[in-house]
Amino acid sequence: MLAPISISLASLNIMTMAPMLIAIVGALAILCIDLVKEGLHKSFYVMVSLLFLLLDLGAIVDFGNIFLKSGTVLGMFDMMLIDGLAILSQIIIVAGSMLFIPLALTSKRFHEYNYPEYFALFLFMIAGFQFMVASDNLILIFVGLETASLALYTLIALHNRSKSFEAAVKYFTMGALAAGFFAFGSMIFYAITGSVEINQIALALAKDEYVNIGFVLVAVVFLLGAIGFKLSMVPFHTWTPDVYEGSSAALAGYMSIVPKIAGFVVAMRLFEFLVHSGVVWLQVVLYVAVVVTMTASNIWALVQNDVKRMLAYSSISHAGFVMAAILIGTTQANTALFLYWALFSFTNLGAFSMLWVSRQKNLIPGQSSDHPYEKFAGLVRTMPMAAIMIALFMLSLAGVPPFGLFWGKIYMIGAAVSAGYTMLALIMALNSAIAAYYYLKLIVFMFMKEPIAEYQKYYLMNASLSLKTIIGIAAIGTIFAVFAVNPLLKVITLFVYNSGY
Amino acid sequence: MQEHILSILIFFPALAAMFGFVVHKDSVRAYGITVAAIEFFLSLWLWNLYDPMTSGMQFMEMAPLVSAFGISYLVGVDGISLFIIILSTFFTLIGIASLTEKRRVKDLIITLLFLEMTMVGVFAALDAIVFYIFWELSLIPMLYIIGAWGGPLRIYASIKFFLYTFTGSLVMLVGMLFMAYFYYQATGQWSFSLLEWYRLILPVSIQMWLFGAFFLGFAIKVPMFPFHTWLPYAHGQAPTIGSVILAAILLKMGTYAFIRFSLPLFPDASVIFMFPIAILAIIMIVYAAMVAYAQEDIKQVVAYSSISHMGVIILGIFALNVEGITGSVFLMIAHGVVSGALFLLVGVIYDRRHTKLMSEFGGLASVMPRYATIFGIMMMASVGLPLTINFVGEFLSLLGFYKQSHSYTLVAGTAIIVGAIYMLSAYKKAFFGNVTKEENKNLKDVNRTELLGLVPLVVVAIWLGVYPKPLLEPINNSVEAIVQLMHDKAQTEEAKQRIPDLAHSAGLNSMQEAH
Repeated sequence: MLAPISISLASLNIMTMAPMLIAIVGALAILCIDLVKEGLHKSFYVMVSLLFLLLDLGAIVDFGNIFLKSGTVLGMFDMMLIDGLAILSQIIIVAGSMLFIPLALTSKRFHEYNYPEYFALFLFMIAGFQFMVASDNLILIFVGLETASLALYTLIALHNRSKSFEAAVKYFTMGALAAGFFAFGSMIFYAITGSVEINQIALALAKDEYVNIGFVLVAVVFLLGAIGFKLSMVPFHTWTPDVYEGSSAALAGYMSIVPKIAGFVVAMRLFEFLVHSGVVWLQVVLYVAVVVTMTASNIWALVQNDVKRMLAYSSISHAGFVMAAILIGTTQANTALFLYWALFSFTNLGAFSMLWVSRQKNLIPGQSSDHPYEKFAGLVRTMPMAAIMIALFMLSLAGVPPFGLFWGKIYMIGAAVSAGYTMLALIMALNSAIAAYYYLKLIVFMFMKEPIAEYQKYYLMNASLSLKTIIGIAAIGTIFAVFAVNPLLKVITLFVYNSGY
Repeated sequence: MQEHILSILIFFPALAAMFGFVVHKDSVRAYGITVAAIEFFLSLWLWNLYDPMTSGMQFMEMAPLVSAFGISYLVGVDGISLFIIILSTFFTLIGIASLTEKRRVKDLIITLLFLEMTMVGVFAALDAIVFYIFWELSLIPMLYIIGAWGGPLRIYASIKFFLYTFTGSLVMLVGMLFMAYFYYQATGQWSFSLLEWYRLILPVSIQMWLFGAFFLGFAIKVPMFPFHTWLPYAHGQAPTIGSVILAAILLKMGTYAFIRFSLPLFPDASVIFMFPIAILAIIMIVYAAMVAYAQEDIKQVVAYSSISHMGVIILGIFALNVEGITGSVFLMIAHGVVSGALFLLVGVIYDRRHTKLMSEFGGLASVMPRYATIFGIMMMASVGLPLTINFVGEFLSLLGFYKQSHSYTLVAGTAIIVGAIYMLSAYKKAFFGNVTKEENKNLKDVNRTELLGLVPLVVVAIWLGVYPKPLLEPINNSVEAIVQLMHDKAQTEEAKQRIPDLAHSAGLNSMQEAH
């Protein structure tokens, strides 16, 4: 006979799930509205999604205040963990999504935006990412990860092109493998410690002084593979350029930011206690992975002929750069991670949106891909503002001061310097120099070459007022980042420090 | 307004450049000249307000930017930076006034105004990160100028220029972050303020490493001998205006930064690296002079002679005494005036013949007498004829290093004579003898626009050669403060000896000390 289970509703602290529930309710509402009235214009769904995301953001900010007053909030049998990391990363996830969803308001019609399901899936995906970062329970992380990923695969495939199907299937297959890795890794941890909660695992491992170090290492290998896949760390990066190329530029830009911040938070929760407890092997592996990811992807990016593929490799490189924070593991480094990613979202948002507004339905003869460098040749003659915008985003990505990413870069390198990682700091700096070459290549094409007439009608073809607004927001965020850095640093440091990272 | 004159000087051209987007392209040149003239007069006003008897920073402004990481907007001038700022505004004015470029003038002038902001910013910045921002930002307008208005290899040249300097500066950035970290360790506060860093005394081994990191950034910019390969390309491909600004101002950022950062921050390392760097400087002087002699392109002759003279500046800086550093600061101004003028002159002939090969010319003196005269004066100034501007700087720089080593100075002095040979021979080839080519017989002499740019330069070159005191005095005062700071901070015996102690030998004539 089992004893009757009695739980008071208050102890569940169901409010901890409020932000995710808002997103889920929003998704369900969109589906219900579609049942009642079909054929609503996409602008309706975009605005409804925005409203729900705004409520979502409000709920998170509310938790921010609670966190600052009374510390970490637990709920749902300790499955939910709302600490500083969860709050910061959710803000980035939701704010990033809010900036990306209006990109659907193109002046041309696209297949996928005719389906309300697109927007429902989008909100489900956001809820998935939110679950992923707001828990230290491996099973809940897994569920969140899979919810988000499955929605994302579908979103990619909805872009009605053969390359998109290919991308979605490729991403799905690789994603399934990664999911397997994650499950294996969690299983091994459960087997040796009897828990799936990261803090319990850490305690159990510390208690028996890592006697099962062999098993720990195997588990770490599996988890590193799974998370490395999500973060597109080399050598798990092979899907990235193809998937980015196949998806619409808007979605590609989204993928380079939001899923990754979720991945970083999980990596931070999982690996930092291991790095701090002196698992040298993991330090070495992370060190190698960080350096190889940064450097190799930079070199691959050098030889790309397509701007979108170049940006795909560049985003791998940025992910490698930021992964260094998890290796360094100090409060300053973790702060740098969030700062970097917040600034990166603005810049990358701008860069991908500029590609998105010049999307063409059909390739012209002799054109090999959607956005070859030649397409932007001589852009400064035909559209000076557009050329200056792209140049701005490229310079920011290259880390030229005083644009956005420069501040993230110096703070991250500064963190490496303070933690004694001199070599790593130098490698990070030199990688920025390599990267400058391929960003410059686009600038060279735009500013120093003669225009090619066939492409001219495609520039800004897709631009509508809302897209231009988004690009304007991205540009302002990139140029005036210098004034935002100080308040951002203060807030982020406060949250990260109080979460014990 | 006086308290904010530096901020006005920095941001006025940038703001004007923004407004310039609206100006119609037929009127944009007049607009550019107006803006540059206002900026130039503002900088003269700064000189007027400047108190030459004070050695420290003046017109300082402070505003926190990222206080959590110790970054603030901190600017100020002393005698060292004051004249380089005036030189920058002067050359922007002259460059725009004598602009002969016809293609996309509007873009070019807007770019030049942005470039002016970065140049003034670099020389006024007293916060390492603000310095770095302007230092890096200056690359972008130059990249565009070379890449869009340059010769056939312009894209290669511009990218090489950008990547070389960018790589060096990133290593320097890591060095800056280390400095800030050491400051943090010592005081518990982050700070990138140069004036705060001056108070920090670092162990010699750390000084060596940091000196190396900063050296890479500065040496590529100067450019010093093994890192100089980007400069001939940049000069060879750049349009006239690009070469003028590059030679006159941008290269000075490197040498200026040595005086502002390397010497006072790392006095012991400076003494340790004194002779290795002197050797590099001498190689630079000799090697560039020899290469210049072998050139057939007159612009390349000027470019290599410019590298060669930068070697003398470096030598003067690493004399680590008042004479040497004062001389090198003065030589920076002189080199700016002279090599800027020479590049303008090469541009004049290039506009007429669209070639820069010396073999294409000959006997120009009879066709273009005024041109030949101005070229002659500037060339004499370049080889360091007494009573011209270069002589003062070269003499003081060599005098400074003479106190450290006689033999090195002798080699460097001889090399300067080699400089006279190649310049004179180039002049002979182009200007004397008979007019050999048919096309050269009817070349027009310099016109009014061109004279507008050239005459002020000739006046300055002779005026400051005859009477350098108005510049030398403020420079000297500020340099004395830096040398004294270095002496006080130095830890090793050798450094204490090499860097003179001004406070205790105030009465002694420095010349007697040398004997």
